[in-house]
Amino acid sequence: MAYERSERTGACDETDSTALALKILVAGGFGVGKTTLVGAVSEIRPLRTEEQLSRAGQSVDDTGGVDQKTTTTVAMDFGRITIRSGLSLYLFGTPGQDRFWFLWDELSQGALGAVVLADTRRLEDCFPAVDYFEHRKIPFVVAVNCFTGARTYGAADVSLALDLDRGTPVVLCDARDRDSGKEVLIRLVEYAGRMHTARLLDSVG
Amino acid sequence: MNEDSTGDGPSAPGSQWYDAEAGPLVRPYAMTGGRTKPGPSNVRFDLIALVVVDDDPPGPADEALLGPEHRSLLTLCRAETQSVAELAADADLPVGVVRVLLGDLLESGFVRVSRPVPPAQLPDERILREVIDGLRAL
Repeated sequence: MAYERSERTGACDETDSTALALKILVAGGFGVGKTTLVGAVSEIRPLRTEEQLSRAGQSVDDTGGVDQKTTTTVAMDFGRITIRSGLSLYLFGTPGQDRFWFLWDELSQGALGAVVLADTRRLEDCFPAVDYFEHRKIPFVVAVNCFTGARTYGAADVSLALDLDRGTPVVLCDARDRDSGKEVLIRLVEYAGRMHTARLLDSVG
Repeated sequence: MNEDSTGDGPSAPGSQWYDAEAGPLVRPYAMTGGRTKPGPSNVRFDLIALVVVDDDPPGPADEALLGPEHRSLLTLCRAETQSVAELAADADLPVGVVRVLLGDLLESGFVRVSRPVPPAQLPDERILREVIDGLRAL
């Protein structure tokens, strides 16, 4: 893998002049606060972009009664944080419904990592996202969105309940709060860095 | 005209579809001339691939030949370097359509597209450090 490293150092010198964009996914069950989190930390108003589906959704969409309907539109939220000119972070809220998993594959390609938002009242909603990122070895942190009125659990309890791999960070957060959202992202980037270093060491040893 | 349709979803029997509810006047496949994939260059536009205006673009004569959607994308790119996802949202077009149109713009030399960082190269430690510090400073 030595050649990859040298290539990377080469590319790295260039990055000062070329724009670099990094991608972070925000996943979790429906209504857990993905859009809110993206909106809280993004410097642009949360934009929505639509992906047109055709055959992929057809077999699973119940189109009874609307047989002529051959396309479905799925919206994705995204936001941007500019670190400096030429280096920005893009956040993508992943579509919650299971049938849009194929979109995740595209979204997760080349992603730096993911935030899995969890609601302790419906923890099971984030199981699929946790599974997805664990299987694909994409670094992720679990961010527990502390809804008012929900019983508060410690990070360790959540980690246990989700049966997370050792080391996967669990952060308690308030998705509406910018600083709280920033903290979640910082934890993720730190963790992604640690994962990457560990993998490099593995590949060497 | 929208007040007529408030409360009445488009599916309500006998209701009429007005304005935005009726969907785009020009269907997506018409904008792309029926194409679903970018042209022969076969570029895969990642959602966060950054699109910049080429330093040496074709003349105004060539630009006049572009379709309205091509031109609106070009205008957006001129204002600011943008990701494919942002372009789609700002131009209010499906990502699939934007990809095809960008393919045209790329082939005719109006724009350049950055390649996203391949996963194997992903987190360069120096850059990650910069991201973390940048986030803290926000």
